[in-house]
Amino acid sequence: MMKNAAENAVEVAGLTVVRGRREVLHGLDFTIPVGQVTGLLGPSGCGKSTLMRVLVGVQAGVTGTVTVFGEAAGAKSLRHRIGYVTQDPSVYDDLSITENLAFFARVLGLDRAEATRCIEAVDLVDHADDVVAQLSGGQRSRASLAVALLGNPSLLVLDEPTVGLDPVLREDLWNKFHELAAAGVAVLVSSHVMDEAERCDRLLLMRDGVFLADGTPTEIKQQAGAPDIEHAFLSIVRGAA
Amino acid sequence: MNPRITAAIAARVLTQLRRDHRTLAIMLVLPCLLISLLWWMFDDLPGNSFDRVGPALLAMFPFIVMFLVTSVTTLRERSGGTLERLLAMPMGKLDFLFGYAIAFGLVAAVQSALAVGISVGLLDLTIVGPVWLLTVVAVADAVLGSALGLFVSAFARTEFQAVQFMPAIVIPQILLCGLFVPRPALPGLLEAISDVLPLSYAVDAMQHLTRSTSTGEVWGDLAVVAAYAVAGLALGAGTLRRRSQ
Ligand SMILES: Nc1ncnc2c1ncn2[C@@H]1O[C@H](COP(=O)(O)OP(=O)(O)OP(=O)(O)O)[C@@H](O)[C@H]1O
Ligand SMILES: [Mg+2]
Repeated sequence: MMKNAAENAVEVAGLTVVRGRREVLHGLDFTIPVGQVTGLLGPSGCGKSTLMRVLVGVQAGVTGTVTVFGEAAGAKSLRHRIGYVTQDPSVYDDLSITENLAFFARVLGLDRAEATRCIEAVDLVDHADDVVAQLSGGQRSRASLAVALLGNPSLLVLDEPTVGLDPVLREDLWNKFHELAAAGVAVLVSSHVMDEAERCDRLLLMRDGVFLADGTPTEIKQQAGAPDIEHAFLSIVRGAA
Repeated sequence: MNPRITAAIAARVLTQLRRDHRTLAIMLVLPCLLISLLWWMFDDLPGNSFDRVGPALLAMFPFIVMFLVTSVTTLRERSGGTLERLLAMPMGKLDFLFGYAIAFGLVAAVQSALAVGISVGLLDLTIVGPVWLLTVVAVADAVLGSALGLFVSAFARTEFQAVQFMPAIVIPQILLCGLFVPRPALPGLLEAISDVLPLSYAVDAMQHLTRSTSTGEVWGDLAVVAAYAVAGLALGAGTLRRRSQ
């Protein structure tokens, strides 16, 4: 299943981010391997979205070294290789799913067949001609995910893609993420729901802009001596206090 | 800049507009109705007063409507995350700006053609100069409105705030453009201010076309309007940061 885990899509050293007047990320060091689903978990406001924005190159106030596939994050040549889902579904409300996908495909220089493929991948074929404003929240976030899949990016950065989805759909999406990882994609998924942790190959547990733990779910649970990630998180937080 | 991406953005904006019937009506039908209303108001007055105010209105509508529509749509794009997504893709800032300018320029061309057609054909507005040039001025004016709208959208957080720029940026230009008081008759300071406001030049161009067949001055005015539009787009580009806080 897991491909060469030593190959890293992302390598970060001493990452510090200042937003407004506050330092939000405080000197992070981490890597994200290809061929795995890496979960970025932590409570609301801890800096997950900020970290993801750094990787795709849209965050200002960044210091430290952040390389993606060997190039500085945000480099022009990387823009074809990264699929990014922002936290709020970023598709056009007044266009249909097909029109949205066709537009982003044109921006990326891809054809309509690729747009259709991505609509199929997120299981929205039945709603392809519906205007996004008339979709449910979950359908809308899947439409946003479909855009990120365009052109088979080698790194997927997904900011809380499963929020508000029913259990069946969440299951489907997680399977999809693992399918992509198995095909060699580096998948980074954030969530503030700890029960999604078990679905990741590897976890980065974050709190207030620092990592509390970095490892497989099993390793983290063992180290903390806790039955699940939620308790592990709590016991690490208490241990640190 | 990439022509494919620019065209994709322009086509998308046009599709969105086509979907939004009310906005389309405001952009295309409302100017015609307002011009007709004005014609009616002046109809019983002695002299041909409509010939004096009509051209100024033809310059004002594209400017106002495009300013409003662009500031709100680009604000939506900024706050809805789609701009962030596009900036993470291989899209240049200029692709974005020109895509919008082309789409709204096209709508403005249709709008102006309708408004000019009604004014000249139905309402007997006298135009001595070439009618097509009138439309060119209106398009430049619309692009100017779009450019300023793009620029101010960077300073608004909500659509309500975006609309608030209208009284600050648009109304002074309407007051000083020569519609109410001919510009040379304004107090010196106000005339000087009106000399640096782009709408004044668009109105001057329109008024000139109603009186004269010579086009030299019109091209001069047009150049000023176009220069402001380009400056507006450049300022707008400055507010589009790939990396933001
Ligand atoms: N535009 C901004 N300007 C200044 N500070 C910001 C901005 N956006 C977020 N922050 C601050 O940065 C910190 C991290 O925010 P971030 O959005 O990365 O959190 P998050 O972990 O994604 O939270 P959530 O789970 O709620 O999405 C927060 O404390 C927030 O107050
Ligand atoms: Mg977030």
